[in-house]
Amino acid sequence: MMQIPCILCGRRDESEFVCGGASHLLRPPLEASDQQWGDYLFFRDNPKGVHLERWRHAQGCGRWFNVARHTVTHEILSVYAITEPAPR
Amino acid sequence: MSGRRLAAPRGSRIDRERTLSFLWNGRPYTGLQGDTLASALVANGVQLVGRSFKYHRPRGIFSCGLEEPTAIVDLIDGRHRTPNARATVVELAEGMVAESVNCWPSVGFDLGAVNGWFAPLLPAGFYYKTFKWPNWHLFEPMVRRMAGLGRASLEADDDRYEEVCAEADVVVAGGGIAGLSAAVAAAQAGAGTILITAGTATGGALGWRDDGELDALAAKAAQAGVRILTRSVAFGVYDHNLLCATERLTGGPRGPRGVLRERLWKIRARSIVSAQGSFERPMLFTDNDRPGVMLAGAADEYAHAYGVACGRRAVIAANSDSAYQVAASLGAAGVEIVALLDRRAHADIGAHVDGVRVLPNTGIDKVLGTSAVRGCVAVAADGHGSRPERFDCDLILSAGGHAPAVHLHSQAGGRLRWLADGAMFVPDGAAPGIVSVGGCAGVFSRDTAVAHALDVGRALALGFTVPSATPCGAGRSLASTRIADARGKQFVDLQNDVAAGDVGLAALENYRSVEHLKRYTTTGMATDQGKTSNVNALVLMGELTGREPAEVGTTKFRPPFVPASLGALVGRRVGRLYRPLKHLPAAEWHAAHGALYEQFGNWNRPAAYPVGGETLHAAAQREARTVRRSLGVFDGSPLGKLEVWGPDAAEFLDLMYVGTMSNLARGQARYGLLLNENGIVVDDGIVARLDDHHFWVNTTSAGVERTASAFEEWLQCEYTNLRVFVTPVTSRYGNVTLSGPKSWEVMAAVGFDAGLSPGSMKHMTMRESALGDVPLRVLRASFTGELSYEINLPVDATTAVLDRLWTAAAAAGGALYGIEALEILRTEKGYIHIGTDTDGTTLPGDIGFGRAIGAKTANFVGRRSLLRPAALDPQRFQLVALSPADGRTQLPTGAQIAASDPPTTPEGHVTSSFWSPELGAPVALGMLARGSSRLGERIRVHHLGERIDAIVVKAPFIDPAGSRLHG
Ligand SMILES: [Zn+2]
Repeated sequence: MMQIPCILCGRRDESEFVCGGASHLLRPPLEASDQQWGDYLFFRDNPKGVHLERWRHAQGCGRWFNVARHTVTHEILSVYAITEPAPR
Repeated sequence: MSGRRLAAPRGSRIDRERTLSFLWNGRPYTGLQGDTLASALVANGVQLVGRSFKYHRPRGIFSCGLEEPTAIVDLIDGRHRTPNARATVVELAEGMVAESVNCWPSVGFDLGAVNGWFAPLLPAGFYYKTFKWPNWHLFEPMVRRMAGLGRASLEADDDRYEEVCAEADVVVAGGGIAGLSAAVAAAQAGAGTILITAGTATGGALGWRDDGELDALAAKAAQAGVRILTRSVAFGVYDHNLLCATERLTGGPRGPRGVLRERLWKIRARSIVSAQGSFERPMLFTDNDRPGVMLAGAADEYAHAYGVACGRRAVIAANSDSAYQVAASLGAAGVEIVALLDRRAHADIGAHVDGVRVLPNTGIDKVLGTSAVRGCVAVAADGHGSRPERFDCDLILSAGGHAPAVHLHSQAGGRLRWLADGAMFVPDGAAPGIVSVGGCAGVFSRDTAVAHALDVGRALALGFTVPSATPCGAGRSLASTRIADARGKQFVDLQNDVAAGDVGLAALENYRSVEHLKRYTTTGMATDQGKTSNVNALVLMGELTGREPAEVGTTKFRPPFVPASLGALVGRRVGRLYRPLKHLPAAEWHAAHGALYEQFGNWNRPAAYPVGGETLHAAAQREARTVRRSLGVFDGSPLGKLEVWGPDAAEFLDLMYVGTMSNLARGQARYGLLLNENGIVVDDGIVARLDDHHFWVNTTSAGVERTASAFEEWLQCEYTNLRVFVTPVTSRYGNVTLSGPKSWEVMAAVGFDAGLSPGSMKHMTMRESALGDVPLRVLRASFTGELSYEINLPVDATTAVLDRLWTAAAAAGGALYGIEALEILRTEKGYIHIGTDTDGTTLPGDIGFGRAIGAKTANFVGRRSLLRPAALDPQRFQLVALSPADGRTQLPTGAQIAASDPPTTPEGHVTSSFWSPELGAPVALGMLARGSSRLGERIRVHHLGERIDAIVVKAPFIDPAGSRLHG
């Protein structure tokens, strides 16, 4: 079980959080093609390495935030606000 | 019957003054305080303790520790059983009752042993092959009966288990000399340190010896404040340095019921030190599974720690210098060492022992005896040289070398490397957050191990670079422990009955990858997790495929290192705490008024209020009829309630719901469907505007957490510019609902404000009001089709207001009604219940909301998905109302609709079905392909081989004009 540093509360056990999947997805407009909309809904990168994803401190403060996590080691490289751009 | 108790002073762990009686397979025996079940059995001359898993071969006690593969027993306590206990780690207790497993009818006479004759039918890959051909079901009954080891108790376990979370700077897994050294050094340097040790005290593999240095270390550990968990084993390393261990609090027969039996420790540590030592690797030779063949170190420990000789005359089969120490030590304890057969050439042997006949380059060709060892035949290990020689003995000791316990290191993601000299896998550097010391790091020289462990402990405490381990002190061992041209069964995995031939078959059939080898042969997949078999299996696969063990590699070790009981993992989350139920604010009032409680989602709610011996069905019929004729009182408190605030609240709710909410006037309410991004209907409810920037949102009872979470996610992650707060208030408000033509009459009698009367307050409006000093939010909405008032009020006032309303309602001929009656009433009206009439494929157009969507201009969640080709498919299932053609057969809920008899493709199913007391006929809803265009069509419902004809009819069944809604 990982420990995730909530941006408001600090380190807490993973069981207090829910994962919302990949971050920084661009939601296509209503006029998007079926292809674009399908890609947005169903296709996700599954990298071996750093993955940017969003988590919610559901059993705590309720805040959603972004997490940069290494998918092999589960090392959390950074956490940042949901409105911040993806780190380079 | 060659095991026996040795005279004092042998037996450092036992108390010869305290005798314990126990039952083994129904027979009474005695042991001593301090014995394990295994040592007591050996002391009593019991050698045959079980039958093997696959061939039902006789098996004895093989080890003296947690690696035990064969002495697996069930502990019995009245009706309670603890299956699959390892006799070698079960502390003997007065009155203990234990039984062999895998034996029927008895351990001595075992019908399953005929499996030995069918051995060719049970080769490696048996499961693979039977799953493929001809049909698993032919084999299943036989395999099921043979599979599994112990028998689980059929009774609920009424002992208690608990879970403790702890934090530490350094946690040390293993209380031997290396682990103790690391813990002492860490604690002395200021680190908060926890030490986990399997025994009743620290000491580990040396614990039974009289050892001044160990005693001094233990004293230092206490002084430095090391927290020591005894009778505890660290079984798993999880992400971010979480170490889990189980602590055994009571052993043996459990005595009083309800005691705290085990504790699960979840220790979050900055650093983990693995100090779990090593296991002895057994030798592979023909019939190496006979009772009387065991690990050499184990026999030594039995002799000195428990004062028990495992035999009178021993032959040692060796591939390691450790055999020589055992020969000397056992000889001193009074066991005659007939010969030491060393698999290695003279040049590789780095030890000697006085007074024992040593034969280098020699191995065992065969073991004599079936249910007990009577002797063995030795031959030259390379197949050349001297004639076979026969030895009479009752004990064969296996000393194949060391197998470091690299489990925790590997679990943490650490790599392994193969040391050819010692023929062992050791950690290849440290894994993140975990360091290995002592035997599990391949460090077998005592001084080096202590020095390294002290350095590691200090470095971890102070944040210095951790010194790497230098494996040493193991001497030389050969990778292969077999003799050339061995014939017959040489067992690699004693617990899963995997023999060298099975590994050969896997190689032959090209299952050569270590992962395939493991699964194909099931090596290392039993409850012992291959502690005595993995290395031999890998070496053998390498031999058969011309590869070095390093090339074959190991599988990744996974938790648990030792079996963990389900009770410990579950902890307190059993019974009422397994899934805590929510209770109504007026729960006791309902019980006092005859409520029949049932579980709906995670709420405990009245299903009905039967009177005078009524069945649930009869009560629900009466309640539903009463609602239509006069009125009913319903507790709707579980209804989901959210308050949505802020200048952008209206815009936000437009985005969330299919219905438009922004054009609601103050006090107006509207029905809304909630979709997910795929366009699927996930919830419904009513939104009421309390003020310009303040909305009241009712969700379904089951959907409120989901809906509140979805709102938060959209607000926080997507519509971050909207100024909106969402406050869940379900538990703050009770809800008493009155429904039926006499609703207002009763409310007026109780003294509700005249402004709430149907004349001045319209359907689908909400008013803030008060009853005395109780503030109310009253919603006129209806799930029954009758004039209804949903009265939301402070949760503490619920019982009192409910009681007043009920007193008046009862006088007016009303009834209390439960969920069952509500289901009848809403089905009569064709109102859907999300999750009952809809499922994970239902789009709003499927339930009649196509036009509402067309009319809405604003975007909303899920809208784009409603334009996908699949959403526009004319064949989609659509909600319909159904009546049986004969007017009286109730359609079974869940039954499939299809034009022809099954097997065929269904064209729909029945989702809700009840007997309508109002109509005196069944009413049903269902999903049907092209349903909305099939009004009047006859369809066919199939149920358990029966066919019921039904007609697609127009909904609702009652009051199509909807005039009853207005009172
Ligand atoms: Zn938080």
